Amino acid sequence: MNRQVTLRVNGVTQQHSVEPRLLLVYYLREVLGLTGTHVGCDTSQCGACTVLLEGQAVKSCTILAVQADGAEITTIEGLARDGKLHPLQTGFWEEHGLQCGFCTPGMIMAACQLLERIPDPSEAQIRHGLAGNLCRCTGYHNIVRAVQHAARKLLETKQR
Amino acid sequence: MIPAAFEYEAPATLMEALALLRRHRGAKLLAGGHSLLPMMKLRLAAPERLIDISRIKELAGIRESRGGGTIVIGALTPHGTLESSALLQEKCPLLAEAAAVIGDPQVRNRGTIGGSLAHADPAADLPAALLALDATLTAMGTSGARRQVPARRFFRGLLTTALRPTEVLTEITVPVLKRGTGSAYEKFANKASRFAVVGVAAVVALDRRGRCSQVAIGITGAGPKAVRAVRAEAALLGREPTAANIAAAAARASAAVGDALSDIHASSEFRLHLTEVLTRRALARAAARA
Repeated sequence: MNRQVTLRVNGVTQQHSVEPRLLLVYYLREVLGLTGTHVGCDTSQCGACTVLLEGQAVKSCTILAVQADGAEITTIEGLARDGKLHPLQTGFWEEHGLQCGFCTPGMIMAACQLLERIPDPSEAQIRHGLAGNLCRCTGYHNIVRAVQHAARKLLETKQR
Repeated sequence: MIPAAFEYEAPATLMEALALLRRHRGAKLLAGGHSLLPMMKLRLAAPERLIDISRIKELAGIRESRGGGTIVIGALTPHGTLESSALLQEKCPLLAEAAAVIGDPQVRNRGTIGGSLAHADPAADLPAALLALDATLTAMGTSGARRQVPARRFFRGLLTTALRPTEVLTEITVPVLKRGTGSAYEKFANKASRFAVVGVAAVVALDRRGRCSQVAIGITGAGPKAVRAVRAEAALLGREPTAANIAAAAARASAAVGDALSDIHASSEFRLHLTEVLTRRALARAAARA
């Protein structure tokens, strides 16, 4: 039997009747059309489907949409403000933090949580914080630099 | 991958969840869903109904017992909360240390201690720690009666525990480690899943003369269920934790495993080798912290 869910996704309230077996990632992609969140391994290992649920990074391929009923969700589409990219997005651009780009949305959402918890992380802390995200192009070195770039920008903004 | 269709309920209280469990025998409990949902997506499990207990407030939280001496952890507590709990870090650091190496940050945000224990994956980290701590698990049945099960009697076999189908695991009680007691968790992780190929938890207490007055070793990943390495413990008890004594004790650890698992990740021989090496490292680190 379908169930009614109400979620706030990127600041917009959404209400839909869904099958209980609908995974959050398919709710985001196919019901809401937010295709920035990717389905990678589909086995909760690669992290391409990472979104923020109540501010916490989660793998949306391993959560039912009904489990997220009432929650606040942020996807990659919700990071830019007033047409201006988030410092993590510019960081990945500036430091060439992506090659094929498939893992990037998940990397950025996981990095969001990391910088929220540790605003000035060491390289080891960045690698540890992104342990749940795999890049098959193996572009980890520049991904670390992209996160360091974003951390600097965010700290500068705070100090201003 | 899409799970088979099921009915879904999200009770707000434990009594409601128990009533649903009594009414629907084909139902499965859902907490963080990080063991059950992957199995459902692979169609290894196809329950008719999920009872989502994640909204039951009384099952969350970490607190010290009134008289002190123990810490009580609600079954819904996520691994990430165990990892960052100042109370656990100070008074029962083994549990925080083992929780910190489960999966990855996203998995630790969702996966719960109760879910992991009830699922009893042979490669899960927490069973080793709970065995070494002599933890007690509390379950509630449909009548509302509480039942306590020592960790040593909880893990029965591959994905099998002492929990009855109509029971809900409600809380886990671990001891506050006394002064002079050290602990450590050592793990050889699968690179992709971060599950333990083998994990060993050790608790060591030293007396005034520097001899081991308590030795507890929990092993996960090596065999179909997590076990205590009783013979290895006995070999070190009453002795000083010198490198030679620790090595002699660790050599007896693999006897506890029985038939070691063998799969694409590691042969049984390699798992038994890891068991000895990790036991040695865990004992040495626990003794150094005692």
